[in-house]
Amino acid sequence: MDLVDVPQERNSTLDGQRKVVYAKDAQGRLCITASSGWEVEEIVTTQALDHLNQLSLQAKKDVKQGLVSPLAYWMHTQRMDEALLAQSSGFWRWQVRRHLLPKHFQQLSDEKLARYAQALGLSIQTLQSVPA
Amino acid sequence: MQTKNNTEFVHQHAGHCESGVASGLLRHHGFPITESMAFGLSSGLTFAYLPFIKLSGLPLIAYRSPPKSLIKGLSKPLDVAFQFETFTSPDKGQARLDELLAQGKVVGLQTSVYWLPYFPPEMRFHFNAHNLLVYGKDGNDYLISDPVFETPMRCATDDLNRSRFAKGVLAPKGLLYTLKTLPQQSQVNPIAINKAIAKTCRSMLAPVPIAGVRGMRLLAKKIEGLPNTAPSSAAFVGHLVRMQEEIGTGGAGFRFIYASFLQEAADCVGKKSYADAADQLIEIGDGWRALALTTARMIKAREPMDAKHLAHLLRKQADSEETFFKSLAKTV
Repeated sequence: MDLVDVPQERNSTLDGQRKVVYAKDAQGRLCITASSGWEVEEIVTTQALDHLNQLSLQAKKDVKQGLVSPLAYWMHTQRMDEALLAQSSGFWRWQVRRHLLPKHFQQLSDEKLARYAQALGLSIQTLQSVPA
Repeated sequence: MQTKNNTEFVHQHAGHCESGVASGLLRHHGFPITESMAFGLSSGLTFAYLPFIKLSGLPLIAYRSPPKSLIKGLSKPLDVAFQFETFTSPDKGQARLDELLAQGKVVGLQTSVYWLPYFPPEMRFHFNAHNLLVYGKDGNDYLISDPVFETPMRCATDDLNRSRFAKGVLAPKGLLYTLKTLPQQSQVNPIAINKAIAKTCRSMLAPVPIAGVRGMRLLAKKIEGLPNTAPSSAAFVGHLVRMQEEIGTGGAGFRFIYASFLQEAADCVGKKSYADAADQLIEIGDGWRALALTTARMIKAREPMDAKHLAHLLRKQADSEETFFKSLAKTV
């Protein structure tokens, strides 16, 4: 890639930051240059984010229908999955799976809720409901 | 060892976090080395497709050697020692970091991108092997030189602790590292460069199905079998492009950084064949960029999803790299 061909497409995902790309100068020497983004990168990052947002939106619907607990919504909103939430909270995966159900979630002690709150970086109060 | 205080630290923007941190630490201690030289010297370039390791349901695809290997890989060629420490609790980890900073050290850390507030929100994924340097503390804020950012950053103590002690795949466990001994030589040793290039050629041509050019072909086979209409297919190929372009690679999955290393190697060793190889690798890198562009267009449905075509393009890359590394191996 030549220096003049380095994309400067102001990716929204970079939030104004610039990243380093290596490109060839007129003498054929590679050098470091800053790029404000390439649409290709924005497309694939947005694709990954859309997938996570989809999971979070679906979980919100499911909470309102009483199918899953608010923990499911916050897990997806914080971009985690069952495996990571289990590792971060110190619960077993099967326990997490149970706590994702409203019935079991409601019976959680404050101490256990605090572990989830800590793992997700939220307050216990936030964890217990979903936004409208 | 020449001791330079962390207040004199100069931030430098880099293509990749780990090679940026490694070269930054060495430069701070008076050893002139570029990011690309650090990357090439630790034989950082590779390709790996690990279908049995899943990250959020997608297989691990890597264009570089595993985390920490870029730093550790410099010990031998430069004859330096890094000191690595992990901790059982955030309190102990913070205490040790503060102690080292007070001694005037520049300290490398492994962190989780997700918990670093200075990252753009849309780039905050749960990725645990992000490297950065800390060069001071101002009140409650750590002064951070994150190589993939243009300017120095700041991060509050609680946030940094959280990021250092994130759990999950590749959990950092508070890992910090410092440079213990300086290189004895005043510049990079040409023999070490040759050795590093030979090692990269070996790993790219390794007789294992998941690594190097064989790994590319295995991945091509997998892509070929993806149904064109399923959304999961688009997610799969998008993941490949993310690993190649978006996750701080300097473009074309580290191929451009490595080509830059080959140009420096040519000057240092005095071998024109390395400079010619660099030109070829830049062309191969352009091929990777073209593959990324075609894939993105298919994801956006600007052209119909055609998994077979993507597999074909990937095989072409594998063929070019096979020829390239075979001829490079002969010139070492």
